[in-house]
Amino acid sequence: MDTAPTATQEPEEPGCPGVPGPSAEPDRFSDVQASAEFGELRRAQRSFAFPLTLAFVTWYLLYVLLSNYAGDFMDTTVVGHINVAFVLGLGQFLTTFLIAWWYSRHAAAKLDPRAEALRARLEGGE
Amino acid sequence: MTGDLHTLALGHPLAATAGAGEHRTLIITLFSVFVAATLAITVWAGRQTKDATDFYAGGRSFTGFQNGLAISGDYMSAASFLGIAGAISLFGYDGFLYSIGFLVAWLVALLLVAEPLRNSGRFTMADVLAYRLKQRPVRTAAGTSTIVVSIFYLLAQMVGAGALVALLLGATGEGSRRWIIGLVGLVMVLYVTIGGMKGTTWVQIVKAVLLIAGTLLITVLVLNKFNWNISSLLGEAAKQSGKGEAFLEPGLQYGKDGTSKLNFISLGLALVLGTAGLPHILIRFYTVPTAKAARKSVNWAIGIIGAFYLMTIALGFGAAALVGPKTITASNESGNTAAPLLAEEIGGGAGSTGGAILLAVISAVAFATILAVVAGLTLASSASFAHDLWANVIRRGRTSEKEEILTAKCAAVVIGAVSIALGIFAHRLNAAALVALAFAVAASANLPTILYSLFWKRFTTQGALWSIYGGLISSVTLVIFSPVLSGNPKALFPGMSFDYFPLANPGLVSIPLGFLLGWLGSLLSREQPDAKKYAELEVRSLTGYGAH
Repeated sequence: MDTAPTATQEPEEPGCPGVPGPSAEPDRFSDVQASAEFGELRRAQRSFAFPLTLAFVTWYLLYVLLSNYAGDFMDTTVVGHINVAFVLGLGQFLTTFLIAWWYSRHAAAKLDPRAEALRARLEGGE
Repeated sequence: MTGDLHTLALGHPLAATAGAGEHRTLIITLFSVFVAATLAITVWAGRQTKDATDFYAGGRSFTGFQNGLAISGDYMSAASFLGIAGAISLFGYDGFLYSIGFLVAWLVALLLVAEPLRNSGRFTMADVLAYRLKQRPVRTAAGTSTIVVSIFYLLAQMVGAGALVALLLGATGEGSRRWIIGLVGLVMVLYVTIGGMKGTTWVQIVKAVLLIAGTLLITVLVLNKFNWNISSLLGEAAKQSGKGEAFLEPGLQYGKDGTSKLNFISLGLALVLGTAGLPHILIRFYTVPTAKAARKSVNWAIGIIGAFYLMTIALGFGAAALVGPKTITASNESGNTAAPLLAEEIGGGAGSTGGAILLAVISAVAFATILAVVAGLTLASSASFAHDLWANVIRRGRTSEKEEILTAKCAAVVIGAVSIALGIFAHRLNAAALVALAFAVAASANLPTILYSLFWKRFTTQGALWSIYGGLISSVTLVIFSPVLSGNPKALFPGMSFDYFPLANPGLVSIPLGFLLGWLGSLLSREQPDAKKYAELEVRSLTGYGAH
């Protein structure tokens, strides 16, 4: 395994299903990478994670910018001593929790089964 | 400025609390119990630590929940507990903004980094980069930035630890402060060298439980006092702050002028992008058996850390309402003792038994927090030194596992000694600058390379080197020429002025630069990206095939 991270001569860990040997392997990886099933897995991961990352980073930066430059709006009272800024701040907590939950649900439904199927195929093909 | 958040560095005598000897005895007793218990756990864990996987990754035997607690323990440093509570108590809403950045940042780790890293790496961050890029230069770069980030973070905690411990124990003298820094350093080295990752993880878990329990207790007491009405808590805090409703609105700390607003954006960017590049956080993903467990542990961490930061609202505004900014600043200029002071107040006030007990409990929790975080940092940096720099770069993979672990232990001793020395001699350094710098360096030097190597097929070794070194050098250089080091009375060298860069945090410039250099370096590189290696990395990182 020339440049792979396991270049030291450490023994294979017990219970680790046949860690692939040196460079005869990569062609198989290219085949898998080009397969339709892998394409689906990659798409399911990227089409979910990338836009969502963009969305929450934008939402967070928007919040920072509003705090900086939209004082009047943020100072508006909602109820009692609670203002818009405070509500939006709590909103950041809420969206963080929701996104974490949503992603985990997506991963369990769309990513894990595909990843497991591909892994089983790779392990079976040795 | 960032200086106001985690400035645990300055040794102001703790006028209001440290006087009574009974507090001191109680604090020392509780803290000694913590140290004794955790050292016992460490020795027990050390007996089970046999190979490199045990030492670096705790045998990958932790559950998602356990690791979620340990991540929380690693992440909620003294800066979070004391710094944010203090910042809220003095700056109201602007202090609360920190909590949000620190939490949202976890989504980057969850969505993009934790699972692929767990699937494709082994012990360190550089493992993932070394997969498809030229191993030796990339490991050298990643190892260097790991150690730089960790040392800055470590130094911040050490400086803070010394000041805080000395403050709360009433030992403000120079001699006792040094002695205490040395003791903290010694205990942290013991954790790491004896217990490895297994011991360190258990220390984090114990500490996280204590911290959450302590914070929850104070929160319940505070909210109970205000009949569980947040609005009246905020109203009283605003009234006592002497700033009225402005205390609840943005801008008290960061709204002074255009520069301080830009500085705030810069800090916000560093916080939200820094977490997923912090080496001591990244190596935690290796302590669980699968990517699914890594996901679960981040979910637990988000829940725990989120709940904790929500409670900092009660802590901070509670301290403002019940203790008042005058008493807080009299004790510590930057508010770092707000949480312990609030504990004393809510327990019945100074001089009462309840007050003394709660103060002692919260202070002991704060010490435990510092100890656990420095242990995590020491482990991350010594692991990277032994695994990346020593085993794979210097010895070119011709080491035995035993030699590598021994090297890591020696590195931990050296790093411990260096941070003790720095903590003693550089105690004038501003801890805030160091923590913010650690986040900024992590976001500029580590995150772009991690993301590019996982997700971009055209990424090359040159791109990685440009990005890591470019991000590292630019962020450190900008801090050198920032107001943190010179040009004002609060700076490290107040007498000099070479503050050519106006922002205290370099993130706004250095983070985009890190990403840009990674992209440019790859496009301009003559080396063809290795498609086969990328296929292997991509397949492994997404499927978990052949994961260690």
